[in-house]
Amino acid sequence: MSDTSTLTDQIRVLVAKPGLDGHDRGAKIVARALRDAGMEVIYTGIRQTPDMIAEAALQEDVHVVALSVLSGAHLELFPRVVDACRKRGITPENTLFLGGGIIPDEDADALRETGFSAVFGPGAHTGDIAEYVRAHVPELDRS
Amino acid sequence: MTSKLQDWLDGPYAKATGRFPERRDEFRRSSGEPLDPIYVNGENGEAGPLPGEYPYTRGIQPTMYRGRLWTMRQYAGQEDAEASNRRYRFLLDQGQTGLSVAFDLPTQIGYDSDASMSEGEVGKVGVAIDSIDDMRTLFDQIPLDRVTTSMTINSTANILLSLYAAVAEEQGVGRDKIGGTVQNDILKEYIARGTYIYPPKPSMRLITDSFDYCTREVPRWNTISISGYHMREAGCTAAQEIGFTLANAIAYVEAALQQGMAFDSFGPRLSFFFACHSNFLEEIGKFRAARRLWASIARDRFGSENQRAQMLRFHTQTGGVTLTAQQPDNNVIRTTLQALAAVLGGTQSLHTNSLDEALGLPSEHAVEIALRTQQVIGYESGVADVIDPLGGSYYIEQTTDALEEEARNYIEQIDALGGAVSAIEQGYQQAEILEAASGFQREVETEAEAARDGDRSAGKLGRVIVGVNRFETDEDSDVEIVRVDPTVRERQIEKLERLRDGRDQTAVSAALDAIQQAAATDENLVPLMLDAVKQSATLGEISDSLRQVWGEYRERIVV
Repeated sequence: MSDTSTLTDQIRVLVAKPGLDGHDRGAKIVARALRDAGMEVIYTGIRQTPDMIAEAALQEDVHVVALSVLSGAHLELFPRVVDACRKRGITPENTLFLGGGIIPDEDADALRETGFSAVFGPGAHTGDIAEYVRAHVPELDRS
Repeated sequence: MTSKLQDWLDGPYAKATGRFPERRDEFRRSSGEPLDPIYVNGENGEAGPLPGEYPYTRGIQPTMYRGRLWTMRQYAGQEDAEASNRRYRFLLDQGQTGLSVAFDLPTQIGYDSDASMSEGEVGKVGVAIDSIDDMRTLFDQIPLDRVTTSMTINSTANILLSLYAAVAEEQGVGRDKIGGTVQNDILKEYIARGTYIYPPKPSMRLITDSFDYCTREVPRWNTISISGYHMREAGCTAAQEIGFTLANAIAYVEAALQQGMAFDSFGPRLSFFFACHSNFLEEIGKFRAARRLWASIARDRFGSENQRAQMLRFHTQTGGVTLTAQQPDNNVIRTTLQALAAVLGGTQSLHTNSLDEALGLPSEHAVEIALRTQQVIGYESGVADVIDPLGGSYYIEQTTDALEEEARNYIEQIDALGGAVSAIEQGYQQAEILEAASGFQREVETEAEAARDGDRSAGKLGRVIVGVNRFETDEDSDVEIVRVDPTVRERQIEKLERLRDGRDQTAVSAALDAIQQAAATDENLVPLMLDAVKQSATLGEISDSLRQVWGEYRERIVV
């Protein structure tokens, strides 16, 4: 396998924090773990608007958009990020949307309806997240 | 009895009990035998420094909890001022002895509820405060001359202090009579918590403005609560918590000294805030080490001669990050252990977390159990009947020494990087915290993998979290999820519209202009903010006028 094809095959992940929440321990731990698992990870930092996140996802041509919120604003903010992404042609069909934070089960169900394929809460194993990404990225329509 | 102990009993202890009698005439064992206030190492042993004596390892007051229990202060606030006012009055009715206000993120970051950046966040992690109308409602029927209030507010601390003073004035309570604390600790916001607005230099100036103003005008106000809590939540170790916190404290002191203030004049109003995690004995040693280290910094580094400026007074909150979403009832036990460690470590006030906080906002029932936890420790356990009951334990004393030494080394490293502000700009504390957090995560996951593989014999360095990676069950939790009313933002926006329609717009503009002009000079901003809030200028308007002069901070991303 040549270097070029390795780069092409590498899974690219955007880890982002929408809204005003500054609790970034989880986002950073997940970013590091996915990087250690061999993925290319871009972390936006805190206080990102939906448009800023969508623009970064477009620029970086990522396979995965992983959002983290611990302030309870996930039901308002997560779907807005998906909307901003859709406007740029980034959809749940070609990109994996993941959520994380203090998210009650019933909210996780509601987020799945809006395009999130999985939500990882407190106690999640980072190995499980990496495995989930590896299993589902090949199913995306990247044509 | 050693003569030193006798001197202490006849001196500071007798003086303290003479002024304020203890909670009981006598404290007794179950047999009826009376207890001494403090125990030292045998009849002929060395007593060492006693409570209320430099370096305060055994406590800052001569009577500690025999005189008065710690302040039971539950952090609360949600939705709007009406809802939060109801919760405060409930807590005061249940025997809570001080208030602690949680603000929503827009209030903490200087946005009004109608700002586009506030979408989704209004009323979520605390109460939304836009103007003096909200603040008046928040403290309705709460006498501000009799209750002390702690406010977790940083970038906008001077605005909230101004609002509090203005509402107190409306209640007929003068600035010299109000008591409380603003967190006002911007450095740990850059390191770990994230509610900064402006770059470090003007942010530090806002803080020294409050030191200067409160020293002259609000003598009972704690102008800062220098916080290790959030750095610990972000992942740092116990020793780093002390080291990074005291390094930040040094930076605040140096900024105030540069403004010409004297350490012994503002030093007594510096207060601290630590986390208490589950390693019971280490945490007790941590509090004792922090007291001793701060006393020596105050005396030897800053030349303090005022004992009150050398005493490290602190609030404690149990560790939010130690709570689990799995088997949430277990969190009551974790919180009990942590609260007990904080009391054995000599805390001045305490917040105990609620069992459901890994799942969402705390329910009223869960908050009540958390408060009862403190009351059981205070009134039933007997640990408050003697001072520093673990002092002299070989392990506690060694842990105290070791943590002090380790924390001192972190301070030296930060000094070598040019001080706390410079170290933050270089990403030093952020990287250290992330490294420690990653190590913790690795241990938890190592344990989980060992459980999966059925291999616990390999001696791997795992960390057990009961109910998460050991002793798991499949049962779904039946914890009720507390929801924030989704209409709270609309209601805040309506209130803002009414406010803007009803106020003297010329006076508001003049007040905001005055703030903006003073921001470019070194005039103290607090009196100008007080004028502005009385004219019904909003929190967002005041913050925006400063943003225009100072700009906004952009974080240095460390991953």
